[in-house]
Amino acid sequence: MTMLDQTQGLHENATDLGGRGSVSDYIALLKPRVMSLVVFTAAVGLVMAPGNQHPFLSFISILCIAVGGGASGALNMWWDADIDAVMTRTKKRPIPAGKITRQEAFAFGMVLSFGSVLTLGLVANWMAAGLLAFTIFFYVVIYTMWLKRSTPQNIVIGGAAGALPPMVGWAAVTGDVTLVSIALFMITFTWTPPHFWALALVKNGDYQDAGVPMLPVVAGETATRHQIVLYSLLLLPVGMAPYFLGFASVFYGVGSAILGLVFLGYAIRVWRVREGDGAKKTAMSLFKFSLFYLMLIFAGLLIENMIGLV
Amino acid sequence: MSKQKAILSDEQVKTRRGRSVALAVTLGVLVAMFYVITIVKLGPGIVDRPL
Repeated sequence: MTMLDQTQGLHENATDLGGRGSVSDYIALLKPRVMSLVVFTAAVGLVMAPGNQHPFLSFISILCIAVGGGASGALNMWWDADIDAVMTRTKKRPIPAGKITRQEAFAFGMVLSFGSVLTLGLVANWMAAGLLAFTIFFYVVIYTMWLKRSTPQNIVIGGAAGALPPMVGWAAVTGDVTLVSIALFMITFTWTPPHFWALALVKNGDYQDAGVPMLPVVAGETATRHQIVLYSLLLLPVGMAPYFLGFASVFYGVGSAILGLVFLGYAIRVWRVREGDGAKKTAMSLFKFSLFYLMLIFAGLLIENMIGLV
Repeated sequence: MSKQKAILSDEQVKTRRGRSVALAVTLGVLVAMFYVITIVKLGPGIVDRPL
């Protein structure tokens, strides 16, 4: 085949070259809902950190963390396009839907990754930029490329990537990592397994079809329910840690204890109701409450800091 | 050597225009953003810096 033939072939299949994605498709690549959680938790870390940072630089720091998180999402969709096409929850994503090519998603993700890390380094400091780079690396390489398809502990270890944003926010102001920022990290880290396993119980068939070794697929639903209760128990004191460590007031202490107990209550319901529609409903209730829990825990810390309770 | 052009559908032209506008806006915002960052970080010292 001559070069001319090849070129003509390409022209005939011009639609395969990409260039069909709309702006909203590119925004969808950034996983906006995950990004909102990243922005919120990073903002809490940034606000709680001691020190003075110009509000505009704080805003740009949060923007960089948000874009870095979005870039991870785009790179995750680039790598996982094959399994996204199989699962009902993800098959409408831009790549499996045929709106954006894998190459476009890869280029988009890489440009945003480098852009966000370099900008954060210049605007805040290189410790924060390094942590953001590590977050992207951990999510894309360690979680997406390696753990997700190889071990049922995928989201336990991979959850570290989702838990890092408050540490990055903190480091953007202080330039360091302290016990407080580690405690903020631990809250999301401990929260991630019961949150995702509740969803996995509902979408078990999806993960099975896609060959993703989520805990319910590999170890069974009963073992998953045991693990959910175990991590929910652990989350109770971890959620209260800011109070025990002295950077949250007694109001937060009591509030986080109540939230942790309600979380545990939902987990125990998931453990008890194992058959029929009720089982899926209780798992979905836990999943929804877990989002509410994390939002309230971080909102509590944010409000206490803003009104000067601590 | 004959040159052929890919013929884009109306939909493709529309999405390409949307992407172009979004890129232009992003570039404009980046320019403004780095300008303000420079001013904020250097402050009044911007006129006193060694040349």
